Amino acid sequence: MKEKILVGLTAMALATLGTQGAFAQAAKAKTGKLSGDMVKIGVMNDMAGVYADIGGPGSVEAAKMAVADFGGKMFGKPIEVVFADHQNKPDVGASKAREWFDVQGVDMITDVPTSSVAIAIAKVANEKKRVYMNTGAATKALTNEECSPYTVHYAYDTYALANGTGKAIVQTGGKTWFFITADYAFGHALEADTAAVVKASGGEVKGAVRHPLSASDFSSFLLQAQASKAQIIGLANAGGDTINSVKAANEFGLTKNQTLAGLLMFISDVHSLGLKTAQGMMLTDAWYWDTNDETRKFGRRFFAKMKRMPSFDQAAVYSATLTYLKAVQEAGTDDADAVMKVLKKTKINDVFAKGGYVRADGRMVHDMYLMQVKKPEDSKYPWDYYQLKKVIPAEEAFQPLALSTCPMLKKK
Amino acid sequence: MSEIFGIPIQAFMGQLMLGLVNGSFYAMLSLGLAVIFGMLNIINFAHGALYMVGAFMAWLGLTYLDIGYWQALLLAPLCVGVFGVLIERTMLQWLYKLDHLYGLLLTFGLALVLEGLFINIFGVSGQPYSIPDELSGAFNLGFMFLPKYRAWVIVSSLGVCFATWYVIEKTQLGAYLRAATENPKLTQAFGINVPLMVMLTYGFGAALAGFAGVLAAPAIQVSPLMGSNLIIVVFAVVVIGGMGSILGSILTGIGLGVIEGLTKVFWPEASATVVFIIMAIVLMIRPAGLFGRET
Repeated sequence: MKEKILVGLTAMALATLGTQGAFAQAAKAKTGKLSGDMVKIGVMNDMAGVYADIGGPGSVEAAKMAVADFGGKMFGKPIEVVFADHQNKPDVGASKAREWFDVQGVDMITDVPTSSVAIAIAKVANEKKRVYMNTGAATKALTNEECSPYTVHYAYDTYALANGTGKAIVQTGGKTWFFITADYAFGHALEADTAAVVKASGGEVKGAVRHPLSASDFSSFLLQAQASKAQIIGLANAGGDTINSVKAANEFGLTKNQTLAGLLMFISDVHSLGLKTAQGMMLTDAWYWDTNDETRKFGRRFFAKMKRMPSFDQAAVYSATLTYLKAVQEAGTDDADAVMKVLKKTKINDVFAKGGYVRADGRMVHDMYLMQVKKPEDSKYPWDYYQLKKVIPAEEAFQPLALSTCPMLKKK
Repeated sequence: MSEIFGIPIQAFMGQLMLGLVNGSFYAMLSLGLAVIFGMLNIINFAHGALYMVGAFMAWLGLTYLDIGYWQALLLAPLCVGVFGVLIERTMLQWLYKLDHLYGLLLTFGLALVLEGLFINIFGVSGQPYSIPDELSGAFNLGFMFLPKYRAWVIVSSLGVCFATWYVIEKTQLGAYLRAATENPKLTQAFGINVPLMVMLTYGFGAALAGFAGVLAAPAIQVSPLMGSNLIIVVFAVVVIGGMGSILGSILTGIGLGVIEGLTKVFWPEASATVVFIIMAIVLMIRPAGLFGRET
């Protein structure tokens, strides 16, 4: 209350002094133009399928937490969070996004795991000129060939995953690799990116086997990986497929002589595998709840509501929503072009990222973390799963802007 | 080292063995489906969900009631069987006289409800279930490293399949069952309680699915989606074997497991499709399935 009075007094004082510029600055935060007289944020993801534990209802809760932390109102008008299930199907996601933009007046869409759906929605958002802050999808195409002036790729991508895990493992002596790859766009991209990093760091790729999505049994693929005699088995898959690959690898004694590398693992995967099975695996993470006091506080708040610790995707949804709201406030409007202009020049400092920024190609650049899954005896409390091996500095973690194939960059 | 089609014979034998393991699962699940279809004329789409429930029963028992694997192997199918009986009494029994489609829709709906319920409670990533101590470790077969647990899967499921086949084809009870399928009215006229037999048959079919679920629990993640990943293939197995044929579903289950296993070596990308290609070919040549009778 005191602060409000102070701000009011200062504004009045400045106004009477006639410093118009300063007055405008103070007023910016209080009034602005909003389409539909409200800010509407759409969380779209897989609500009940293979990726539901990564984002799902937890992401909706994270977005609501961000709105609450922002104060619940924008220029005195309501902020609403809506959500939808894209069922991992690009057509379902794209038509829902159209409906959101055209009929319901959604201003920003976030989360959207599953690379194929993510690309489809990037196209819709570009066509309708609305902000799209993707946290859930891995494909680096979002900031390369499929980039758009309205896309922000917020949390991670296949380049960062490959670069983090691939490079670190080769450096620690894991020279020969074999890939077990999910047979669709995401798996192929992750395998290709990692293979490139492995070769560039002086490693060798012995081969790969492609399995259908949601395969019911992985033992056959693991036997092929075993026969390859590669030191490292790279798992270029996600969710349930990764979990079942790891389980089968343990059962067939693969882990005695070879090391598994989960190229995309979420904390929910480790949780459901259990430390006994997952111990020793290396992975690249964008955020971990047990990093510092701020992240722990956020993690516990989330846990109180969802009964599980947030995945990095869910933390990113929180951060993206908050960053978006701050940008709208600063721009004084929810007009996408104005908001994007603000987004591309502000530093992001919150529970998810320190000193993060959005590049010209839409890539949000921030530190990444190389983690190793703890042994059961080293885990002191629930969800104490990772040992930090290395902080990968923002500049190293992501694809250099010079290598981006984003057509937007060439126009200039 | 000698090779078969460019693949070392050791690797080939290993994959053959794994195919046998998967085939055992297919056989057990398709057997349940075949029994239910044969006796009740119901295409039981809830079979995958019942398999998942069986696996969850084992996990719940271990986590909350400290019921070990061996007890679960008996108790979980029993629970799933009783659950099946409930479904039959309260819902399915009204549908026998109607078109197949109604039973299919009802059981499909049931499967969705069950999956949704479990996803809501347990999440999609599932729960880990450890291999019992007696069966951890592996046999060194010379050509491969076969986990003891997988060997146990082959032995136990073949045992169950054989016992089922024996009961239905070679015993008095089985004779009643077959008679009730052939001509329910006449069988009832002989003083045999046909509705009771039908109810028990569905319960038994459900219990088979539950048993397969418990067997699968230590080998793959116990997840609400584990049934839907498998059930479509199992339906293809039943169609190839001939709807309602007991022996057909067992032999086709094992055979297709092996073929699928070999496809995973020669052309892994096609391993999810190969069963359906075979199904299409079989349907063109023998529309009633390999072991089915044309009517």
